[in-house]
Amino acid sequence: MATAYTANIEKSARIPALIDQLFENKPEIEADRAVLLTESYRETEGQPIVLRRAKAFAHILEKLPISIRPLELIVGGNTKSPRSCQTFPEYSYSWLEDEFDTVATRSADPFYISEETKDALRKVYPYWKGKTTSELATAYMAPETLTAMEHNIFTPGNYFYNGIGHVTVDYGKVLRVGFKGIAAEAKAALAKLRVSDEDYARRHQFLEAVLISCEAACRFAARYAALAREEAAACGDDTRKAELLRIAANCDRVPAQGATSFYEACQSFWFVQLLIQTESSGHSISPGRFDQYMYPYYKADLDKGAITREFAQELVDCIWVKLNSLNKVRDAASAEGFAGYSLFQNLIVGGQDAGGCDVTNDMSYMCMNATLHVLLPQPSFSVRVWNGTPHEFMLRAAEITRTGIGLPAYYNDEVIIPALQSRGLTLEDARDYNIIGCVEPQKSGKTDGWHDAAFFNMCRPLELVFSNGVDNGVQVGPQTGDVAKMTTFDEFYDAYKAQMNYFIELMVNADNAIDQAHADRCPLPFLSCMVEDCIGRGKSLQEGGAVYNFTGPQGFGIANMADALYAIKTLVFEQHSVSLGEWKEALEHNYGKDMDAKQAEALTAQVARQLVENGKTLTAADVKTIYETVAKNPCSDAQKAQYQQLLDRIAALPKFGNDLPEVDEFARDVAYTYTRPLLHYRNPRGGQFQAGLYPVSANVPLGAQTGATPDGRLANTPVADGVSPAAGRDIKGPTAAANSVSRLDHYIASNGTLFNMKFHPSALAGAGGLESFVALVRGYFDQKGSHMQFNVVSRETLRDAQKNPDKYRSLVVRVAGYSALFTTLSRSLQDDIINRTEQGGF
Amino acid sequence: MDNALLSVTGRIFDIQRFSTHDGPGIRTIVFLKGCALRCRWCCNPESQSYDIQQMKQAGTVKTVGRDVTVGEVLQEILRDRPYYRRSGGGVTLSGGESLLQPDFAVALLTACHENGVNTAIETTGFADAAVVERFLPHLDTVLMDIKHMDSRKHAEFTTKPNEKILQNARLIAEKANKLIVRVPVIPGFNDTEEEIGAIAAFTASLPNVNEIHLLPYHRMGRDKYEGLDRPYPMGDVPPPTAEHMNRLMLTAQRYGLTVQIGG
Repeated sequence: MATAYTANIEKSARIPALIDQLFENKPEIEADRAVLLTESYRETEGQPIVLRRAKAFAHILEKLPISIRPLELIVGGNTKSPRSCQTFPEYSYSWLEDEFDTVATRSADPFYISEETKDALRKVYPYWKGKTTSELATAYMAPETLTAMEHNIFTPGNYFYNGIGHVTVDYGKVLRVGFKGIAAEAKAALAKLRVSDEDYARRHQFLEAVLISCEAACRFAARYAALAREEAAACGDDTRKAELLRIAANCDRVPAQGATSFYEACQSFWFVQLLIQTESSGHSISPGRFDQYMYPYYKADLDKGAITREFAQELVDCIWVKLNSLNKVRDAASAEGFAGYSLFQNLIVGGQDAGGCDVTNDMSYMCMNATLHVLLPQPSFSVRVWNGTPHEFMLRAAEITRTGIGLPAYYNDEVIIPALQSRGLTLEDARDYNIIGCVEPQKSGKTDGWHDAAFFNMCRPLELVFSNGVDNGVQVGPQTGDVAKMTTFDEFYDAYKAQMNYFIELMVNADNAIDQAHADRCPLPFLSCMVEDCIGRGKSLQEGGAVYNFTGPQGFGIANMADALYAIKTLVFEQHSVSLGEWKEALEHNYGKDMDAKQAEALTAQVARQLVENGKTLTAADVKTIYETVAKNPCSDAQKAQYQQLLDRIAALPKFGNDLPEVDEFARDVAYTYTRPLLHYRNPRGGQFQAGLYPVSANVPLGAQTGATPDGRLANTPVADGVSPAAGRDIKGPTAAANSVSRLDHYIASNGTLFNMKFHPSALAGAGGLESFVALVRGYFDQKGSHMQFNVVSRETLRDAQKNPDKYRSLVVRVAGYSALFTTLSRSLQDDIINRTEQGGF
Repeated sequence: MDNALLSVTGRIFDIQRFSTHDGPGIRTIVFLKGCALRCRWCCNPESQSYDIQQMKQAGTVKTVGRDVTVGEVLQEILRDRPYYRRSGGGVTLSGGESLLQPDFAVALLTACHENGVNTAIETTGFADAAVVERFLPHLDTVLMDIKHMDSRKHAEFTTKPNEKILQNARLIAEKANKLIVRVPVIPGFNDTEEEIGAIAAFTASLPNVNEIHLLPYHRMGRDKYEGLDRPYPMGDVPPPTAEHMNRLMLTAQRYGLTVQIGG
C-alpha cells in the first residue's frame, strides 16, 4: 500500500531560487517591532497587562512593513529581508545594547545592525528600564540563587532573557475554524461570564485580549491580500499575476476562516507559525504533527482532482523554505549555547494516532521529500518510530540521514508514550505526542511544557565537593566536608548528592521566579487562544491556562560524572592507589597541563584563600605575585609526572559507552542524582518539574567554565553531550555505545534524552548500509532508548569546510537536538563536532 | 544450557561488533587465531600463528591472542541480539581458521544456535572432510574462499595446494544450509578474466550454490606487518580498479551467478 507514497517527486525550479533568496542578505537586526511595541505600551500605560499585550500585538501587525518576495507562493514575514530578525525589549534589552558594536562580528550567530537601527533602539530602551521580565525575575530570585548563577552551576538564560516558546499549538483547529471561529469561542465564553464571578476581572480581560489578537491576525492577512492584488495589477507576467491573485484569494480567507483547500491550509499554517514568533521571541515553536493535520486537506483536494501531487509537494517545499526565513538574535553567551541561528521548529512525521494505530501517510513521505529538496536546517525534522512503523518509512528516513544533514532525529514511541503517561497525560494524549525544540515530547495544543528551562552542569557540583562548597573564594555550595578526610565512597557520593540537591533546589527557584515574571509581565493572549484550556479557564498560558503544565530543565555531563565517580570509587576506595587529597591537588593543577588565564585566576583565588584562612593578610601585590607564579609554572616536574600517572590510571579504567553493564548501571544511578530530586518540585502554573538529559550545544561553552574533572577531562574542555558517551571514549562500536546508553533510565527523563552518533558516509552506503542502519536504530529502541540522531559526514569534509567555509555555505551538520549550517558555528563548536567519535561501519 | 559446552576454551585475537560485510545483517565477528595458509595478501597477519604474539600498533605494543571460554565469547555475542533480530544478523567465525580449532568453534556455534543466534563461518576450507562435517549442522551460512583453480599457483601464493579445498567445497555445497563462494581478487595472482572465469565455472558447477563475492585486494593490513616486524609480501601492488572489478563481475555473471563486489 505504501509503494505509491515513496515515489519521489521532482523538486520544482522555484525551490532553489527561493533558497538562493534566503542567503542573499546577511542576517540583520531590524527595529520596527521594538519601536511599535514601545509606541503601543506608552499609549496603554496603567491598563491590565494582558490587554496591553494584545493591543501592542495588534499595533505591531497593523504597522509592521510587509512584502511579498519574488516567486513566493506562501506569503508572510516579519522582517524586510529573510533571516533577519526583530527584537523583543519587553523580555530584556541591555545585553543587545551592550553588544551593539560586537554582534555583527561575534563568532556565534553574528547579526548585522545598522546605525539607524541602533539609534531607533537606543530611543526606546529608556522606556523599558525596570519593566522587563528579566528584571522582574531577578527581583523574584533568592540571593543564593543569583550567586549560584554567577558561578555557572546552572543557567536559565533561555527564558531569563527571552520569551518561552517551546510549544505546539492546535494548528488543526485554526485550519478548521480560523481565528473567527476561535473568536466566536471566546465570545461564547465571555457571554457565559457573570459580572459577579470571583475571577470575572481576569477572565474578562483575557478573553477581550484574545478577541483583539484574533482580529489583529485577520487584519494582518488582509494587508497581504491587498498587497498581492496591488502587485498583481502591476505585474506584466501572466503566470506570476495569476499566482499573486491566488495568494490574494488565500489571504482573503485564511487564517480568518477555516481552510477549504490544501493551499489555503498551507497559507493558514504559515500565518500561525509566523505570528506566534512575532508576538513573542520564544523559540522552538514546533509545527509538530504536520503530516496529520495537513493530510485531510491534501486528501480532499486529491480526491476532488483539485490538486496534483507535484503542486502539493511544491507548497510543502515552500513552507520548508519559509521556516528558514525566521530568525532570532540572542545574547553572545546564549548564542554559543544555541549556535546555528536555530529556531528549533520541530516537525515530526509518522507514529501512532490517539487510538494506537500507525498513521504514516502520503504527507509523511512528502515531508521527507521536502527535507531532501531543501536540505536546510529548518524544520528540525523528526520521525516517530514504533513497532508498527512501516519498514519503507524507516528506509526513507535513513536515506535522508545518509545525506549528512543530521536529519531526521528518531524518536521511540515505546518509551515516550509511557514516560508521558507517568507524568499524568492520558493514554490517548500521550500517543498523540510530538517533539518540541530538540528532544522534548508533549501533547500538542494542550501543554505549556517550559522545556529547556535551564542548563544544569552536573560537573560543577562535583568540583564543589572537592572544594567543600567553595568556588573562586566564595562559599556557593553547602559545606560537605574535607574530601581528604572521607573514608568511604558512599561518604563521597553522599556529598555529591548533597551538592546536587542544593543546586537543583536553587535552579527550581530561578525557574519559578522567571515563570512568575512571565505571567506578570508577558502573558501571550494570541498564543494562548490556540492552546486548550486557556479560553475555558480564562487565563493565559503563562498563568497556567494549559491542560498540562511542566518545567523541564536539562542536565548534562552524565558521561563525565559516571566515569568520574567510577574512577574515584575504583582508584581511591578499592585499589587505594591515589588519595582524594592528591586527586584534589591534581584537579586544581589541571593534571599538570598548561593553564590559560582563567584557570590561573581560579587557582590564584584558591591559593589566596588558603593563605587568608591561615591568618595571612594579602595585598593586591601579593595576589599578583601568586598569579604570576601560578601562570608561569603551575607545578614541578615531579608533580607533573605524578599527575600523568594518575591520568594514565584513569585512562586504563573501563568507561561508559562500551557496553559494560557494571559501568553502565553506575551511570544510570548517577543520572538519578539529577532526575529524581527534580520530581519533587512544582511550578507556579500548577505543574510538575521533569528532567531532560541533553545539552543543546551548551556542553561546549559551559564546559569552558568547568575545571578539570576526575574522569581525566581537562579544564575548560567540552563536557559530554546529552546521554552520549564522552567524546572518544566509546571504542567498541555503535551497538556497544547504544547498549550502554540504553541502560540509562529514559523514562524518568521525560523531558527528553539526546543520543548523538556520528557516522562516516561509508557506513550507510548501498541498500545493505541502509538496512543495517535501520536495524541499529530499531535495536537501540528495542532496548528502550528514547532518541537517536546522526551526523553522517567525514572528518575530512568538516576539516575542509573549516578551511574553505565559502565552499560549504550550505553544509548542514547535527549539532545537538537540531541541525545547523556548519560554517556558521563557532570554531570551538566545529572542533567538538569533528572530535565526536566517528563510528565506522567496519 | 550445557555447562560443558560453555567451558570449552579456544584462542581468539579479536571480537568485532557491528560488522556488516561478513554474512547477512549486523554481525559480531569472532576472529580465531591460527591458520594453515600463509596467503601473501593476508590482511590479518596476526591471525596466522597460533602463538600469542606482540604486535606494535600506533606506537604501543599490544598482545595479540587470548584464551577464552565459549561462555565468555557467547556473553559478548549475545549483547547485540537486538540488532541481529532486527537485521537477520548473528555471529560469524573468522580468523585465522576456525576449522583448526574444531572443539571450540563447534561448541561456540552450538551455543549460539541454542540461543537463537544465526551463525556463519568465513573459512579457507582447508581441513579434513571429517572436521568440516562436524561444523555443518551448526552453520546457517558458509562463506568460503576459492582462491585459484590451478593448484600449483594456489600453493605458490598461499603455501598450500587446492585439492582438499575444492573437495570440501563440493561437500559443503551438498550438505550446508547455504554456501557463498568468495574470491579475494589479487593483482598478479588471480585477477585475469580467465582465472576468475575458471573459479566462477567451478562455483556454478557446485550444487545449490548461486552466489559469489569478489573481494578486491586492499592494503589495510600493511601496517600490521610492520608491527610484527615482517616484510609486506605484496610490496606496492595497487588494488584493482573499480573498472577492472566491474569487468570481472561481468565475467562471473556469465556463469549464471549472482555476483557482488565486496562482502
